[in-house]
Amino acid sequence: MSSRRSRSRQSGASRITDDQIIDLVSKLQQLIPELRGRRPDKVSASKVLQETCNYIRSLHREVDGLSDRLSQLLASTDTDSDQAAIIRSLLM
Amino acid sequence: MDSQHLNPSSLKSRFTATFLRALIKINAQKPISSSSPREIFQRYRRIKVAADKSMAYSVRSRRTWSRATLWKLRSRSRSRLASSGRRSSVKTRTTTTTTTTTTATNHRAAIVEKTSHEKENKEDHVGLAVQAEELRELVPGGESMDLCNLLDETAHYIKCLTTQVQVMKKIANLYSLE
Repeated sequence: MSSRRSRSRQSGASRITDDQIIDLVSKLQQLIPELRGRRPDKVSASKVLQETCNYIRSLHREVDGLSDRLSQLLASTDTDSDQAAIIRSLLM
Repeated sequence: MDSQHLNPSSLKSRFTATFLRALIKINAQKPISSSSPREIFQRYRRIKVAADKSMAYSVRSRRTWSRATLWKLRSRSRSRLASSGRRSSVKTRTTTTTTTTTTATNHRAAIVEKTSHEKENKEDHVGLAVQAEELRELVPGGESMDLCNLLDETAHYIKCLTTQVQVMKKIANLYSLE
């Protein structure tokens, strides 16, 4: 616990407490599939941030890939009635 | 999260409705030769922008990152409209898409370059500063956030991104079942 505290940014006049940072970091850890199961005190804050960056980049790539896939699918879809059916089934 | 029944006021359903409307609009603009690689690429760009925009709209201005995204999208389309004043508004839309491609690619390349430089200089006693910098570049509007807000915004941004991916996957699967 104390080692992690010394690793976070030392700022005398900071209004942000280390505890706040630790809470936010562990909250972030739960969102990342890679680190989700591990105990918060076993994972360093810098590792959480690093994995967060990797995860966001992979999500961006997924969005790219899906946009690409959708653009191909739209090219092959001609009927408006099919689309209407899809939309209805999605929004029901 | 129950994926079968959408709560009409949930982020997921707001995003789905907004994104689908955008997709219909994009699809309606299809010319006769809708399967040329160039057309597909332009559509890919439009869909991607529509997805990011739809998510930012669904979150509205409640979050710094969504405000930053909406601002970025609006100022980008405004500057393109201004620089291509002689063209008609219909043609301008196509120009917006193609020029955005280069900008986005360069931007992404610059991020990758800068990130690897920072990794070389990383010292452990600097603590979270280096990773925070990296994160700031990935989260819209991150440059102006302090560490606390950055972590908070990142958590929300990740939740929204995963929702976005989930819905886009579902739409793609439904389309490909035809």
